[in-house]
Amino acid sequence: MIQVDGLTKHYGERAAIKDLSFNIEKGEVIGFLGLNGAGKSTTLKVLGCVLLPTSGKVVIDGFDVSKDPHEIRKRIGFLPDTPPLYDEMTVEGYLRFVAELRGVAKADVPARVADAMKKTALTERKDDVIATLSHGFRQRVGLAQALVHNPRLLILDEPTGGLDPVQIVEMRELIRALKGEHTVLVSSHILAEISQICDRFLVIQQGEIIARGSEEDLSKQLGGAGTVEIELSGAAQKAVDALKAVPHVTDVVVVRLDGERASLKVETDAEVRPALVKALVNAGVDVLRVDRAASRLEHIFLKLTHGKEAA
Amino acid sequence: MRNVLLIARRELAAYLRTMSGYVIIAVVLFADGLAFNFLALPGPARKSSEVLGVFFWATSGLTMACAIFLSMRLIAEERQTGTVSLLYSSPVRDVEIVVGKFLASLGFLLLFLVSTLYMPALIAIYGKVSLGHVVSGYFGVTLVGASSLAIGTFGSALTRSQVVAVVLSAVMCLALTTFHLLAPVTDRPLTEIVMQLSWYGHFEGFRVGLVHLKDVVYFALVTFLGLFAATRVLEARRWR
Repeated sequence: MIQVDGLTKHYGERAAIKDLSFNIEKGEVIGFLGLNGAGKSTTLKVLGCVLLPTSGKVVIDGFDVSKDPHEIRKRIGFLPDTPPLYDEMTVEGYLRFVAELRGVAKADVPARVADAMKKTALTERKDDVIATLSHGFRQRVGLAQALVHNPRLLILDEPTGGLDPVQIVEMRELIRALKGEHTVLVSSHILAEISQICDRFLVIQQGEIIARGSEEDLSKQLGGAGTVEIELSGAAQKAVDALKAVPHVTDVVVVRLDGERASLKVETDAEVRPALVKALVNAGVDVLRVDRAASRLEHIFLKLTHGKEAA
Repeated sequence: MRNVLLIARRELAAYLRTMSGYVIIAVVLFADGLAFNFLALPGPARKSSEVLGVFFWATSGLTMACAIFLSMRLIAEERQTGTVSLLYSSPVRDVEIVVGKFLASLGFLLLFLVSTLYMPALIAIYGKVSLGHVVSGYFGVTLVGASSLAIGTFGSALTRSQVVAVVLSAVMCLALTTFHLLAPVTDRPLTEIVMQLSWYGHFEGFRVGLVHLKDVVYFALVTFLGLFAATRVLEARRWR
């Protein structure tokens, strides 16, 4: 779906991104990770044909960004970090305008707009003037405009930016629902958020890709280090002792005790979840839940970026 | 053409739905009324055509001012609010964006010009004016407005600040209006060039009821160059 080879973009003398190369397959959901100023937005703007590359080749769905940007624009939906909304328009009027602008046949516009509003749960707000909407609804309208023409590729730049926790969960569910139907490229620095919806990640730092792969792949690059959360029923101390005896376990902490039930956090420097379960079962403890901690990706990301900076 | 009309329709709707356009028109219309009352009407008895000539002279200047203020938001606001990303990521050519916005602002400017019709009507009631003179004058004023809007669109494309856009456009329009003032201090053939570059000489015919092809071509050329430059600025921004 996307082939990027040696992509470089300069702003004046400064290189915002340097020699990026990656491929994205059809139907994948790719997370684009990086600190602020790492070059995420610039990369997404080039893929969205908003900016043209200084050098390198970008091919999307068989079309070259520099040679056939028009063909690509018909196939992509782009949500920039600030949703591009006209405040004086109504939600439905705006989406109709965008649909027509993106080349949807006039006869199909009402159906496409209705579908986009349904997917983003905006149907009941269709007559609202955009200026009156909350930040969460504005983000939804931004997402709706990106998918109103049913594009093959969706490029979402920080779609969860500035949202409250409830709105973040809603936005995540919206993006998750698009999986399979579209290829999705989503950037964020709220790492735990996109870890739940992405198949693979590209980690960018100072304009260069420093790591790529699934969460598991990234974890392996760092020797599988991370935190594992365990919920169990039985003697907590017995479980702690059993877990501490497992190789690669660096620390075990009891987070919560509630009668017979206990929650533990296990720090490891390798992928040892099967060994942890085996140790608990052998110790006669009932295991209710074993999960990677929500902050695991954040942990990986921090290690990668700090490692790069240190280098 | 579909995209041009689509963008023009949205832009015109934005003018009609927000207060800023109406405020600009109201202020300029008020100034035009004052100019009519204090410049065109007073003094010794004159022919109606002379009064009409003064009216068109004042209206052309105020139309220029109106156009500069109406065009300031066209592209600068899109960049300021980030909506330019929507246009840039859609299958729309830069020239379609520029022409669509220009046409919308021209449509709204015509609303101002229609609002000034009561003044020639007053002259017609109390004197005698030729319809040809009125049509010629309004045609000239429309050409001045279109040229100013094109320059204003260019100014608006250069910056994300609407205030800076107004200043840039005003400087460019003022320069084009006052080129002829350089004539006394220049020698031929430069004298002829500065006279031909100035709006002043090219509007004179329309003001007195005469339509010359060279004047029409001049304003059409200024309009084209303004829109062309604005388009090139938009294209260049994709590379920056």
